[in-house]
Order: sequence, then structure tokens, then C-alpha cells
Amino acid sequence: MKLSYYPGCSLEGTALDYDQSVRELCVHLGVELADIPDWNCCGASSAHMTDHEVGIRLPLRNLLQVAGSGHDILVPCAACFQRLRAADKEMRDNPGHWDIVGSIPEFEIVHISTFLARPEILEKIRDKVSQPLSGLPVACYYGCLSLRHPHITGAPNWEMPVNLERIIEALGAKPVNWSHRTECCSGSLTMARPDIARKLVGDIAAAAKRAGATAMVTDCPMCQANVESRQLDLGGEDDLPVFFATELIIAAIEGKYPKKQQKVHLVSPDVVTQHFDSTATEDSA
Amino acid sequence: MNNTSISPEDRNKKFLNKLKERDIDVQACYQCGRCSAGCPIGEFFDLNVMEVVRLATYGMEEPLLNCHTIWLCAACETCATRCPNDIEIAGLMDVLREIALRKGVTPAEPRVPLFHKAFLGSISHWGRAYEIGMIAGYKINSRDLLGDMKLGLNMFLKGKLKLTPHSIKGKSDIKQIFSGKGKEYDR
Ligand code: SF4
Ligand code: SF4
Repeated sequence: MKLSYYPGCSLEGTALDYDQSVRELCVHLGVELADIPDWNCCGASSAHMTDHEVGIRLPLRNLLQVAGSGHDILVPCAACFQRLRAADKEMRDNPGHWDIVGSIPEFEIVHISTFLARPEILEKIRDKVSQPLSGLPVACYYGCLSLRHPHITGAPNWEMPVNLERIIEALGAKPVNWSHRTECCSGSLTMARPDIARKLVGDIAAAAKRAGATAMVTDCPMCQANVESRQLDLGGEDDLPVFFATELIIAAIEGKYPKKQQKVHLVSPDVVTQHFDSTATEDSA
Repeated sequence: MNNTSISPEDRNKKFLNKLKERDIDVQACYQCGRCSAGCPIGEFFDLNVMEVVRLATYGMEEPLLNCHTIWLCAACETCATRCPNDIEIAGLMDVLREIALRKGVTPAEPRVPLFHKAFLGSISHWGRAYEIGMIAGYKINSRDLLGDMKLGLNMFLKGKLKLTPHSIKGKSDIKQIFSGKGKEYDR
């Protein structure tokens, strides 16, 4: 299977390891990724929040770069996904306004978890797991932009999504039932109003802990960075590490959680590291 | 809520037309309050979400352009997805911010638009966001030099901040977009 791939700017910077884990996972799954040639920033929240034309034309340029490819577009970042989908909808609803010449390209823009939670892909993942994350209680955290607005994202269950839970269950971990799965962490405000970000992240982490989680799993790079870093600011005890679903899948497939991966977390990822250490010693015993 | 009296005379018809163009049907609001109830930032707002919609139905642009709410809204879309009348409230917030910037209204939360400006400046220059350059630009303009020092240093030590920007080839496309492509026939 071949897909066009839009990494987006965070996956070149603060979430570089997310990009690496997606690419590595696709190799395991036999999925070939073709980066969108000369892709540009989707504009993130800042563009659409302040300038509608710029907010659509930036992501639209990326879609036009792969107009003739015929491949669906895989997007790991929830914010990029939402912006590309918004441009896609505008392009289809109002091609004249957006200066689309010729026929409208045919492809679907797919967010990583929607892709990974397809039954046939889950089946492959299940087959490849060598060291399940048995019993690890995790809080699956979606945040906003892969779900809302459903008119744009096409998410079928935007209030009660299930993709991350399905993926985590395929690894043998135990998703907890909790209240804040789709609450906003205010990533777009985190630089300008860190006080608001701390409040929202504090509430989210507290809710996850109340439900018994020892780690969080997400598919949004903004949530990952914001929830880990703002927990540190709050200076509480037993902060929850936030993992990308893809890094946990690879760990379960390869049966280890490498040093290099441990180092990128601002909150100690020991719960997962220890899990693999202890299963490794059980094996050798 | 403020005590400004509301009269059809004061309606800003241009503003109402703009909302119509963007399919934001504020007239459909029956003040049920679901938007305000689910807003994650609501406690920090001066006008709550349903108040923003109400003022918009009356075309009362001025208090809206001057409020804190439009800058503190995180564009999470919770309000819009839950509105029983399918009003694109987050889109309304976008329109309000855009008009406030175009009119040069002094923003009630100056740091927020400064952040957007720094972020977009980096994109218009390179075609992609360059985190270090963007953060430096924001810090200098907002004079918030010391905030988040520890976090920045932490990210730096973790190798999370990319040291050199990537410049795309199609910079002329990006330049066109930022110089007002699509707005040629606005006036
Ligand atoms: S949810 Fe919709 S109808 Fe209800 S108050 Fe808000 S905008 Fe009005
Ligand atoms: S989009 Fe803005 S106003 Fe609506 S719920 Fe989110 S933060 Fe509140």
C-alpha cells in the first residue's frame, strides 16, 4: 500500500521522534510513504484564527502538490489533519473561489489513528506484537483537532471516539474509562497564556490519575508537548508521561523501549521502560 | 454582561453580511447556553460564549472587537459541535479576530496576536514554522523574555528544538498567499 505523507512542522522539530516512529511503523506494516513534495506549513491555529484566506490557502497548496497522485494522504499531526481537511472541504465546496483549475483531485486525508484502527491494520499489529503491554492502565487522550468539527474531520464519534482505545487494546494495555478524553489542553494558548494551559493540563492529568492511569497516550503532537511540559510547571508529584500511540506500538512489536526514545520525554517514561525491563528479566529467568 | 442599549439603528450590516458570507447563522441562536457550558476556557472569558453570539446577532461589533474572549478562545470547536442549531461559533471567533486586526483595534490580550504574528512571520519567511526563530521573535515583541526559560532550556537539552530552519522551494507561492491572494477583489 502506498500513501502520500504530510509530516508537518512539529514533526520536524519538537516531535521529531513522532515522525520517526510513524515511518518505522509503516515499514513494519508494509506501507510505503511518499512525502508531499516541497510541502509547506499548514498555518496551524494562528493562520485560520487571524486570516481566513491565508488559513485555507496554506494547507491548500499542499493538496495541490499531490493533486495527481491518486493516493490518500496520511497525517500524524491532529492540527495539520484538521487544517488540510478544512482546505479540502473548501476546495470541493467552492473550487472557483480558491482558483482551482481543472478537475478536483480525488483522495482522502486520513489521520494516523483512524488509519491504524482499521480492522486489517489492527490485525497486522496484533500479529506482530512480541511483548504485549499487559495490564498497563493508560488514559487515551484525543484532545480537539482530530475530532472537531466533525463537518471537517469526518470523525464518526467525536464525543466518544474509540480509535486510540482499540489500538492500545491491540497492544494488550488496559485503557481506563475517564472524563477528559476529548477536552482541550489549550495548546494554541500555551505560549501567550501559560497560566490557562497549566489549569487545563492540571485538570486533564488529575482526571486521568483519578481513573487509575499511569500513563497517557495521544496522537496529537501539540497535546503531547503541552501536557508533559505544563505538568512539570505545576510541580506536582507523579506526573503522567504522555506517549504517542505509534511509539508504544513499536515498543510492543520490538519488545524494547530504547534509551534514545526514553530521553525525549520531559516526564519520566519509567512505567513503560520498567514494563519492558521486567518482562525481559522474566523471560531470561 | 454590559449595559449597552441595543437598537436596530446600531446594527453593523457589513459585519452581519460577513457572517452570512461565511455561513455563520447567528440569527439561529435561541440562547440555550450549551456553547458556554462546554467551553474549556469559559472561566477566563469576560463575555461568555452565548453572550458573544447574542451580541453578534444584534450586529454589535464594537464590544466584541474589544473583549478578551475573542483572544482567549482556543478554537477547540467544542461550542460549535454542541450547538443544537449548528452555528459555527468558532468561525465567528475567527471572523471577529480578523476584523479586530484589520481595524487595528488594540487587542485586550496583546500577547495572543503577537504570538500569532511571530508564528506566521516564520512561515511567511521559510514556508515552514521554525520554532526557535518563532519563539525568539515572540519573546522579543511581547517582552516576555523570562517566561518559560526553564521549559525552553529543557526542550533544547532534549534536542527537541531544531537548530536550522528549512526553507521550501515554493517560497513565491507562500509570498503570494501572504500578500493577499484571494482578497484582490474585496474592495
Ligand atoms: S449553543 Fe447555539 S443556540 Fe445555544 S446559546 Fe450557544 S449559539 Fe445559541
Ligand atoms: S472554540 Fe473557543 S469559545 Fe468555543 S468552546 Fe472552544 S475555546 Fe470556547
